[in-house]
Amino acid sequence: MNTHAKPSKLIKGATGDWEIVVGMEIHAQVSSNSKLFSGASTEFGGDPNAHVSLVDAAMPGMLPVINRECVAQAIRTGLGLKAQINTRSVFDRKNYFYPDLPQGYQISQYKSPIVGEGEVIVDVTATEQITVGVERLHLEQDAGKSLHDQSPTESFVDLNRSGVALMEIVSRPDIRSADEARAYVTKLRTILRYLGTCDGDMEKGSLRADVNVSVRRPGEPLGTRCEIKNVNSIRFIGQAVEVEARRQIGILEDGGKINQETRLFDPGKGETRSMRSKEEAHDYRYFPDPDLLPLEFEQSWVDELASHLPELPDAKKARFMKDYGLASYDAGVLVMERASADYYEKVAKGRDAKAAANWVINELFGRLNKEGKSIETSPVSADQLGGIVDLISEGVISGKIAKDLFEIVWSEGGDPRALVEQRGMKQVTDTGAIEAAVDAIIAANPDKVAQAQAKPTMLGWFVGQVMKQTGGKANPQAVNDVLKSKLGI
Amino acid sequence: MSVDQANVRRIAHLARIAVKDDEVPHLEQELNAMLSFVEELSAVNVDGVEPMTSVIPMKMKMREDVVTDHAGPQVIVRNAPTSEDNFFMVPKVVE
Repeated sequence: MNTHAKPSKLIKGATGDWEIVVGMEIHAQVSSNSKLFSGASTEFGGDPNAHVSLVDAAMPGMLPVINRECVAQAIRTGLGLKAQINTRSVFDRKNYFYPDLPQGYQISQYKSPIVGEGEVIVDVTATEQITVGVERLHLEQDAGKSLHDQSPTESFVDLNRSGVALMEIVSRPDIRSADEARAYVTKLRTILRYLGTCDGDMEKGSLRADVNVSVRRPGEPLGTRCEIKNVNSIRFIGQAVEVEARRQIGILEDGGKINQETRLFDPGKGETRSMRSKEEAHDYRYFPDPDLLPLEFEQSWVDELASHLPELPDAKKARFMKDYGLASYDAGVLVMERASADYYEKVAKGRDAKAAANWVINELFGRLNKEGKSIETSPVSADQLGGIVDLISEGVISGKIAKDLFEIVWSEGGDPRALVEQRGMKQVTDTGAIEAAVDAIIAANPDKVAQAQAKPTMLGWFVGQVMKQTGGKANPQAVNDVLKSKLGI
Repeated sequence: MSVDQANVRRIAHLARIAVKDDEVPHLEQELNAMLSFVEELSAVNVDGVEPMTSVIPMKMKMREDVVTDHAGPQVIVRNAPTSEDNFFMVPKVVE
């Protein structure tokens, strides 16, 4: 697919408009107990070289044996990307030297990957959707980790990550802006987390991106690209695209040429810079790994895995819009995380689904974000929030009091209905009490009464006064009605 | 197919083998002798023949996803020329 950016996506240069073209290689660590070709643990952290088998350390005579679950995870991911699953694929050796790669080669898949073409539907904004093509997904080994800051003369190597299974997911160059790049990775991460095939934890390096960026005049052929290696947060991915595109435009507008090269994004300085050392290493001399037979499996296994896939975010979003009458944007926000979607469905069950969505998105998510908490650690359970929504819909409390109640449940816990009783938060719908309050205020403020009769928008002031006097518990509609009749407006 | 001296230097560099200048002509000859020996194979017509991956028709064995290997860090670094705190130590490599 070679789509063109909308005019709003173009970048203005000194000599006219430019279009950004981005393709991405995402490295997603497969969720599994043991490594791709060895029985060592994949657990994150741990003491140096504690989760390393002799296979991972490439001791002579060791042979790789593939982990069935890692293969299943790759198939599930391929299915989630609506991609072609190849029942026959081949492992190759990708040869290069680095101290954290003890074999001297990475076992990867080159010509015959396990997963072929697929796609990801990406919501860029509330109203804009794009489709990003997936070229392929292949299985490969992760490398170890080098620490360079422990000694002035030596690097320290820890092989705990060496041999952990990765899925490299290669997109088509279908991305046209930093926003689209961010949205693509966000969506891919959501899909992986729904599938349970990668935890998507970018802080732990479970998801890393190599970002290919080029620029061109609208309508022209693709420009020369640069690859920005190993960007490890969604925010940085956006920044790296922006900064690299600007750099390339600057060079081209000054009459220069882009050299195809590998670059590194420095978030501190907000710039990308060349990794010259990587350049000549690009001759990987791939060849089929003689230690491994081709990876072959039956279509029936694929069908079996497909039958157990969870409902994926796109399907869930469509269902939320249809069954709960939610707007596309709200449904999109709710399905971003499976746990959030499950929480919402619990709150919405048997209740006003739109009110439930408002409470989950505006009050709960807002509060969780503010406190840096996740839905899993929410102090307010779905049952508690549902209880608050019930109290509003029954007219027991007003929307305003409900926010106070939410605060109490958030910080102190407890059953919302019992709290309303104990703390006298019930809404006053008794017209007698409201009338008494209204009469008192009218009697005390004859000047305001005159003003309100001349200018009915003054009614708001009276409403405020009544609310104040009733501790916010008066039913707003009842207050309005009483005021209007007493003031004769 | 044959290699020239530039190829020899490149191959040596990719394999991280230090080759002195005066060794290059000799290695060039050696590699070309091997290549011409293997070259005989190209006389065979292999159109439409799948590359053979195993002498007997068998499928790759798979293992279950369980942790079975706890070599232990001391075992892993035992042969390392230098190690500290169970890390391998290598001459500094910095990007």
